[in-house]
Amino acid sequence: MANSAALEGINGLRDIRRSPASHLAQALEAGSVQGKVVLAEGPFQTMAGVRVNPRSEEGSRIAAVTGGLPVRCGDVGGADGVSVLWLGPSEFLVVAPEEAHDSLGGKLIGSLTEALGDAPGQVVDLSANRTTFELSGPRARAVLEKGCALDLHPRALKPGTALNTEVGNIPVVLQKTGEESFRLFPRASFADFLGRWLLDAMREYASPEVP
Amino acid sequence: MLLISCPNCGSRDETEFHYGGQAHVPYPENPNELTDRQWAEYLFYRDNTKGTFAERWNHSTGCRQWFNMLRDTVTYEIQAVYPMGTPRPDSAGKTTADTGTASTAADSTTTGTAAPSLSSTSTTAPEGATK
Ligand SMILES: [Zn+2]
Repeated sequence: MANSAALEGINGLRDIRRSPASHLAQALEAGSVQGKVVLAEGPFQTMAGVRVNPRSEEGSRIAAVTGGLPVRCGDVGGADGVSVLWLGPSEFLVVAPEEAHDSLGGKLIGSLTEALGDAPGQVVDLSANRTTFELSGPRARAVLEKGCALDLHPRALKPGTALNTEVGNIPVVLQKTGEESFRLFPRASFADFLGRWLLDAMREYASPEVP
Repeated sequence: MLLISCPNCGSRDETEFHYGGQAHVPYPENPNELTDRQWAEYLFYRDNTKGTFAERWNHSTGCRQWFNMLRDTVTYEIQAVYPMGTPRPDSAGKTTADTGTASTAADSTTTGTAAPSLSSTSTTAPEGATK
């Protein structure tokens, strides 16, 4: 028999769930340089991939659930703890706290599916597709600039922007959450590589600055 | 490294894009009526232009949308970026008739939200499909 105790209800599964970079937790803590650049894996989140024409009726219904859809590249829509990241003209990533998931008492995925109805488009539960890295500190931008070709200068990239791009040759959604803080969404299978890549890029800031 | 201007996302590194080959190669209207040679020419035979070339690109790690681009194969100068399904502009940005196997009719691949659809393909068969 399989471990039926763990499979009984979602709560059993929730207890044994491990995040894609959980094995790096200690390394991330050790590699962080307080006051310069800090890296940590974020908590589980509920994510839904939505493909819908934003100018259609079903698009408005989806927007009503999420609290708006972003209009152009870089924009982040949403309200009440729900962020909607622009991935393409008709493709969005809805990110919400873990409790928003239907299996944990929330109703995000169900509401989105209901809002789309039979209309063309899709709502896919992608909560296990990507993990999040939180990178912050005055050197966070310098770390990213080693492997990201975007213009990350504050005059070009404002907080509240999210862009689909590559960091360290890994496709990620890069969200600027504050003046000196970024959130990276790599797919789960890239979490180990990207985590180690970021640690390597951060290492020089642990040494005294050479004038 | 090329800097390519995605119509949706702006200037991005070439590594974020996927090359889609020659643009304006319409799907044959009646593939079943083609000889093996004509079908092979549709599938595999492309211009090998020295100079300005119309080609398809996909912003694969960005918005995942297709678009057309006029690029000089010698200097790598990007002369125009334009939506799929629109006629090829000339180097100055104006629209001109195409020559050779290229066609000014809508592409077999559409842009934006619609999925590629055979019903929207060109009614102009490529040169190899008619001769
Ligand atoms: Zn793009």
